[in-house]
Amino acid sequence: MEQRNSRFCLFFMLSLFIIFLSVFLVSCGPNAQNKEQVKSIKVWHWMSDRENAFLELAKRYEKETGVRVNFELYAPSDTYTQKVRAAAQTNTLPDIFGILGEKRDFASFVKSGYVYDLTEEINKDQGSWKNKLFAKALGVNEFEQGNSFEVKPGIYGISIDVTNIQMLYNKDLLQAVGVDNPPKTWRELVEVNKKLKAKGIQGLVSGWGETWMIDCFASNYAFNIMGKDKVLDTIRGKVSYADPEWVEVFDLFREMRDEGMLASGVVTMVNKTAEQLFANNRAAFAFNGSWCVNVYKGMNPDLNYGAMLPPKVSDRYPMTIWGGAGSSFMVNTKSKETQLAVDFLKWMTDTPQQVFLSKETQGLPSNKDSLRDIPMVLSQFASAMDNTTHPNVWGVSESPLVIETFDKGIQSIIIGEKTPEQLAREVQKVKEREMAKKTVN
Amino acid sequence: MTKSAEAIFMRLLRGVYTEPFAAAQDKLRECARNDVKNLVMKTKTILQNYLFVLPAVLIFSIFYIYPFYKVFTLSLCQWDGIARFDFAKNFIGLRNFIELFQDKIWWSAMLQAGYITLIALTFQNALALMLALACDRDIKGGNIYRVIFYLPPVLSEVVVGLVWKWIYDGNYGLLNYWLASIGLSNLVTDWLSNPNTALTCVTIIHCWKGFGWGFIIFLAGLQTIPRQLYEAAKVDGASSWQMFKSVTLPLMAPVFILVSILTVLGTMQVFVLILSMTGGGPGYHTEVPVTRILASMVRSSRFGYACSQGIMFGAVLLAVSFVQIRLSKYMKQA
Repeated sequence: MEQRNSRFCLFFMLSLFIIFLSVFLVSCGPNAQNKEQVKSIKVWHWMSDRENAFLELAKRYEKETGVRVNFELYAPSDTYTQKVRAAAQTNTLPDIFGILGEKRDFASFVKSGYVYDLTEEINKDQGSWKNKLFAKALGVNEFEQGNSFEVKPGIYGISIDVTNIQMLYNKDLLQAVGVDNPPKTWRELVEVNKKLKAKGIQGLVSGWGETWMIDCFASNYAFNIMGKDKVLDTIRGKVSYADPEWVEVFDLFREMRDEGMLASGVVTMVNKTAEQLFANNRAAFAFNGSWCVNVYKGMNPDLNYGAMLPPKVSDRYPMTIWGGAGSSFMVNTKSKETQLAVDFLKWMTDTPQQVFLSKETQGLPSNKDSLRDIPMVLSQFASAMDNTTHPNVWGVSESPLVIETFDKGIQSIIIGEKTPEQLAREVQKVKEREMAKKTVN
Repeated sequence: MTKSAEAIFMRLLRGVYTEPFAAAQDKLRECARNDVKNLVMKTKTILQNYLFVLPAVLIFSIFYIYPFYKVFTLSLCQWDGIARFDFAKNFIGLRNFIELFQDKIWWSAMLQAGYITLIALTFQNALALMLALACDRDIKGGNIYRVIFYLPPVLSEVVVGLVWKWIYDGNYGLLNYWLASIGLSNLVTDWLSNPNTALTCVTIIHCWKGFGWGFIIFLAGLQTIPRQLYEAAKVDGASSWQMFKSVTLPLMAPVFILVSILTVLGTMQVFVLILSMTGGGPGYHTEVPVTRILASMVRSSRFGYACSQGIMFGAVLLAVSFVQIRLSKYMKQA
């Protein structure tokens, strides 16, 4: 009896082991979908808010060409970032994907051979594809000759829309304090805010809990105060962050704090909350990207607002804002359907599709010929495209630790913990440490 | 050689074996056959046993040992998580750990997590114990209270964070509204943007969300204490405090240890609540180790450094747990 029990146990355990092994091997095996006869491509992106528009375009594309496009959209963005990196390591990237991150991350993807070089395709037929698109939209996905990332020069991605980040003003709230035109200079902004404060209206609201927006605001003013060359020289390590002009940039945040120009809780506020406050007439100014047109429309269709460049501090240099490519798509080098993927991207950036996308998502199209029938506020954003720049086109990139110290330090100025001078010294110290590290490596 | 075979052999050697030599040879052969049979059976049993544990060993190796080995390897490298990993090319020795020891923000995040843990260990667990003691008595609607007290832990941490963020909000938050409506307008502030209040606000919510776990475990522990002990103490004229001190506390000691270890491990790893409420801000005031690891990995693309942070954090938690266990053993003996 005992022996029979023991044999049964042995049999049971062996069966369990075989089942476990089979499940493991089957799950590691090729996907059954690969056997499908219909030609298809897979697209990964993080823009889950545009799912309906993408699905409709995929349907139209399949009807036109017979190629099935499977959109897989993932949110939140941090999860998506990790998913793409993990897929790269395991060679399971889809045919088309988007990369979230800074230029150095993009460069690393390209250098590791995950991203298809689109330069030849873009320049084909006397550059017919290239000429349709905004140069700024292409610039973000381009690596120029002699770039600091040591990437082979070329264009490695296509953006399906363009964005820029500006200031928005609430016309009704400004009129309530007797201001008809938005401020054009920093001094005017301070004065308008004094009037707003007197009436109990909050000034500027923005999602500065998401530190990149602080970085964006600060670098706009850095470009205005000291010019592009000096900003880039600081990143290169040739100019100190303790320079008086950088202190002047940090001092703007001190002034905003002292003058009560910022909405309550701005340092931990996510942009979604900031958008709600502005859309509900709870703040007179907002600092936000062109995507806000769609967001505000959803939150408060009657919101009476306009877009403006951030009021300049200095006349020495023009006010430059962050902008360029919005959402970019890259083609997987190792995809078996590279040509299908490229053809789909060409189709996506063609005028009819771009007009459809712009209408559905209230975004700025990357195709120049599609700028028609766009709302007034969106056209104000479009008109500022010439003033745009982006860290991804600078050719040099700042160390993540310096950026973190810079952004978190500005938060500290706003909450009254640090002075502009203290922050300038602190950022420079981190910069020097990071440069020393680079030398050792 | 079995014992019986050894005995026959020894008797043969000493010349005290009385039976015919052939019989002795047969007996020895039989013993040898038994030896082989036993050996086969023993090996079979051992193999069977190993087969039983094989699935568990495989799962443990794939999902625990290999990832730990990988994290340890990465902690010795400089890698962005994108480029092909090449150990020889990326190896930088202990440089990540050296940098980590000098990273003031990391250690302040550790201290902040320690602050939350200290509050959770004391106030949160004291509240859980008090409520468990109350529910252990035969009170009306005891089950309803149990459900209510256990509700916060089963709620999604993100949802809890966002709801409380709304309550704490400086612009339209309920807390400020209530304070103003009862005449305490001077206390109105931006709870989560104020460096003096942000961490404590997050801590309070963490304790509110976590006390239910302790409550359930304490209640289960209290219900295992034999009622006769209390009755005997009552007969001896013991007061409620004396009963608590001399009966409840000593018998609940293992439960206290369990709850305190779970509290330390759970609280030190808090991060979802922080991400949804403050994102680690203002400045670095609500940063905790896990948010720093996340920042190194996602924002800075420093996988190697993030892994060294993970190992350091694990080592600290392990050390704290060991100290707790040693302390509890000492207390038990005392």
